[in-house]
Amino acid sequence: MNKDFIGESLDRVDGRLKVTGAAKYSGEYKPAGLTYGVLVPATITSGILNAIDTKAALRASGVIAVITPFNAPKVPGYQPDAPRPMKGLKLFNDNKIHFNGQPVALVIADTFERATHAASLIKCKYERQSFATNFHENMETNSKPAGEQHKEYVRGEANAYKSAPFIVEESYTLPSEMHNPMELHVTTAIWDGDDKVTLYTKSQGVISSQRAIATAFNLEQKNVQINSHFVGGAFGSSLRTWPHEIAAVQAARMVKRPVRVTLTREQMFLLVGYRPLTVQKIGIGATADGKLVGITHESFSQTATYEDFTERSVNVSRFLYASPNANTRYKIVPLNVGVPAPMRGPGEATGAYALESALDELSYKLNIDPIELRLKNYADVNPETNLPWSSKYLKECYQQGAARIGWDKRAQKPGTNRDGEWLVGYGMGGGAFGAYRGKTQARIILSADGTVVIKSATSDIGPGTATAMVVIAADRLGLSADKITFELGNSALPVAPTQGGSSTVSSVGSAVNDVCVALKQKLYNLSGKPENSTDPIDYTNVLQQHNLPSLELTTESDVNPDAKKYAMYSFSAHFVQVYVHPVTGVVKIKKVVAVVDGGKIINMKTASSQMIGGAVGGIGMAMTEEAVIDDRYGKYINSNFADYHVPVNADIPQIEAIFIDKPDPVLNPLGTKGIGEISLIGVAPAVANAVYNATGRRIREMPITPDKILKG
Amino acid sequence: MKQFEYVKAGSTQGVINALAQPGTKIIAGGTNLVDLMKRGVTAPDKLVDITHLPLKDITATSGRLHIGTLALNSIVSENSLVQKKQPLLSMALKAGASPQLRNMATVGGNMMQRTRCGYFYDTTLPCNKRQPESGCGAKEGYNRMHAIFGTSEKCIAVHPSDMCVALAALDTTVIIAGKKGERKLAFTDFHKLPGDTPELDNHLAKDEIILGIEIPDNNFADHSYYLKIRDRQSYAFALVSVAVALDISNGVIRSARLAMGGVAHKPWRLYDAEKALAGKQPSVPLFEQIARGAMQGAKAYQHNEFKINLASNAVIQALKVASGLVPA
Ligand SMILES: Cc1cc2nc3c(=O)[nH]c(=O)nc-3n(C[C@H](O)[C@H](O)[C@H](O)COP(=O)(O)OP(=O)(O)OC[C@H]3O[C@@H](n4cnc5c(N)ncnc54)[C@H](O)[C@@H]3O)c2cc1C
Repeated sequence: MNKDFIGESLDRVDGRLKVTGAAKYSGEYKPAGLTYGVLVPATITSGILNAIDTKAALRASGVIAVITPFNAPKVPGYQPDAPRPMKGLKLFNDNKIHFNGQPVALVIADTFERATHAASLIKCKYERQSFATNFHENMETNSKPAGEQHKEYVRGEANAYKSAPFIVEESYTLPSEMHNPMELHVTTAIWDGDDKVTLYTKSQGVISSQRAIATAFNLEQKNVQINSHFVGGAFGSSLRTWPHEIAAVQAARMVKRPVRVTLTREQMFLLVGYRPLTVQKIGIGATADGKLVGITHESFSQTATYEDFTERSVNVSRFLYASPNANTRYKIVPLNVGVPAPMRGPGEATGAYALESALDELSYKLNIDPIELRLKNYADVNPETNLPWSSKYLKECYQQGAARIGWDKRAQKPGTNRDGEWLVGYGMGGGAFGAYRGKTQARIILSADGTVVIKSATSDIGPGTATAMVVIAADRLGLSADKITFELGNSALPVAPTQGGSSTVSSVGSAVNDVCVALKQKLYNLSGKPENSTDPIDYTNVLQQHNLPSLELTTESDVNPDAKKYAMYSFSAHFVQVYVHPVTGVVKIKKVVAVVDGGKIINMKTASSQMIGGAVGGIGMAMTEEAVIDDRYGKYINSNFADYHVPVNADIPQIEAIFIDKPDPVLNPLGTKGIGEISLIGVAPAVANAVYNATGRRIREMPITPDKILKG
Repeated sequence: MKQFEYVKAGSTQGVINALAQPGTKIIAGGTNLVDLMKRGVTAPDKLVDITHLPLKDITATSGRLHIGTLALNSIVSENSLVQKKQPLLSMALKAGASPQLRNMATVGGNMMQRTRCGYFYDTTLPCNKRQPESGCGAKEGYNRMHAIFGTSEKCIAVHPSDMCVALAALDTTVIIAGKKGERKLAFTDFHKLPGDTPELDNHLAKDEIILGIEIPDNNFADHSYYLKIRDRQSYAFALVSVAVALDISNGVIRSARLAMGGVAHKPWRLYDAEKALAGKQPSVPLFEQIARGAMQGAKAYQHNEFKINLASNAVIQALKVASGLVPA
């Protein structure tokens, strides 16, 4: 017993299933009588759908039905008199068009191909209305988002930076970035009678999906079953239940057969959120010796006309550095586009891009090493709340990252370090992301053969959740990992929070910890050993002694009440070395070092994979990703994988992931803080800062493409 | 996608006969055609699959390298004869698409691939190439990837191929078969500028088939380089590319071939630059002068202004590498 599994490197428990194709994703369930729904996009960007001609589609072979705003049965949850009216786009509920590509119909046929063909036969009559999709032209017609959390913030004096002797006042632009998980969004809906429905859907939260579908169709929650056993990436795009999922359920009810709706890649740009185009204005001022005087951070970001979405992008400027003065402001710019959604490192990734770029600019003005500047303004307590950090090892992140990247080879004067024709640069960027924990239940079943099954209704969108849970259980129970199975992705399991905000190991891991501890306790009690005995016991023997075929326990774990007294964050520092070709404008990222204070690390292998994945996402943000709209038509012009560039292997260098790996004493019994989001935060500014260090060219509009390097 | 008929061709003559029927198209690797069919850009009634025809061979005969149309892009790029005699072609192929695509793509399919202009691909937007007289969406639209040479009022699209840029530089000949038998066409005359008929990419008749290509032997093998500048390091079309082949002896350029990709509706051969290089010693000032000359007549649009400078720099850099002044 007392095998210390925590922090070792266990292979993914479902790795074999995934690489052999045995893992079944939501689009791979084929219930008897399955039909296929294909959405028909509006070809205008704003206006009214006056009429829709479905005759040709209905005559096409294999077509079963066409749902339009003119024949769709009402979705109860969409109605204003619903007990909890749903927010967001309400497909087929009315005939208003808010953005180009908004679905106007759903064609259901016996095959996907036939439904796709029939969808092309639909003819619409529209009344066109004026629209706006150009962010920059409409930035001034912004509004302040509602909600306490988005209120203006002032600490000390507003705009105090202006009085400082050294000032950076700049604006930083991030284009809209699509989540673009490999797996398309897909939902299969199967009704059982009139009041029960089962979904196989791409979901980050089976319980929240269950609630949403129950609300939409006015069902008892227990009569909705959500399955999301495997998810091929989501990055935040499956945090909520989207209108096409509700449409699949609606269609299945209408045709009285199971319906599967799969979005196309093009529709993935329209219907499942994205990181919104954001312009951030930063003012930052310091004294000659590098003490910050004030930070002003203002963010303008794109949202839909039919729903507000605000990222907490400016928050990071309130607490990352010990500035006596700080003020922040959010503005949103409603446009005729789909609504954005949180995307990996939501808010902080955007905010840290601006803040960490501005700080880098300041360091050159002051002629102080960027790390030293950060150390001079190191926040020993959270300056926003004055609460102590539950744990913070950001200094160690700086030190280890600098050592591993070879920071001592960095030239303080930009454009002076060469290797042959190439200009060499080093850059770094730091970040923080809140450490969270939510109330979670877990059930454990110990069988007579000594195997253990643990269940909780969490999801695994890729980080290796089940693997981490098996590690925790193996450690707590003193069993080998192959004796333990973890079940997730089904709403019938004990209630767990949505997988988001890097909180799964903290929340679900704590529940697994607690249920294991409770089981062990019970087994010790049954064995007659004293309460706190450390003598090993044989679990199967205990069951045998008591004639028990199995032992089952369910516990609920909640947040630590002391947590309120602390500021709880994960921290990171990313270091990047780039080579820039001064003639061709080509940027090669040569090395990335990611150092993270994410508390205790449960499984080194999958945690490192998280860090690598996040760094790749950050490289995409810095170097390649940009969704482009042609504002004359209000339509994305690069909504496919050939033209929207996610980084490929050739763009990615060696990425070294380093963990501080010190337990947080407050957040949860495991000592973890979370790593999924922090892995991306700070990467983009580190790249941009390295490019500046190499070339002396400051690029304040991502992505950094060769033309921007060469621009005079 | 419209219902269509699919047949496997039994012979070249069979393909030619089948093509006589309107609405019939050849399918080779399918990596471009199938995408276009899925997007509704093209809707053939009948596909003739030619992949079983004996047109895959790569052979060297009397001063020429012959490559059958069905030789896969990956096979050609790895072929030892190609690597030895025409390394420029190998480099250009490896710079194109992805390994998976190259494993399917054929010589003829690559030559016949259509532009990647977003307005061409989106059937709800205007495009004279897809729908004659519907207008050009790109001219005042998002034209970052578009042409700076040889554009017309009707079309500013580029031909997206890398392979073709190398073939244009290498004085390749295309072997074509049709009703009246075989004919040969200089590669540089195969593709055309958009002019008033942007719907036509090249001079291949609707009922003709490409059988293969022939590249004459040359002395360029030691001084060839294909430089491709793109928004990501693989699996992206060229912003601009440059194919350079130099015959250098005793420190003097005896003969030169230069072509650019990503800048026009066809591979853009730089004849004047080739003449100006001949007889000179490689040097950066010379290459700068060549690049300046090469950009004469370039015309940019709202989003591709950068291409003029980038293309000029790319010419300089590719010449530097090909002539051995700097490593790749
Ligand atoms: C995402 C993506 C990225 C790509 N990136 C690049 C890149 O960076 N560089 C690059 O160069 N290419 C790139 N490509 C294009 C790729 O090279 C072409 O799709 C491929 O070469 C086409 O060959 P194929 O055999 O598959 O042609 P098919 O799709 O089978 O056919 C294409 C056309 O050629 C015609 N055709 C085929 N063979 C003959 C023949 N013998 N005679 C007459 N007509 C014929 C067909 O009728 C059809 O019209 C990319 C493609 C994709 C999808």
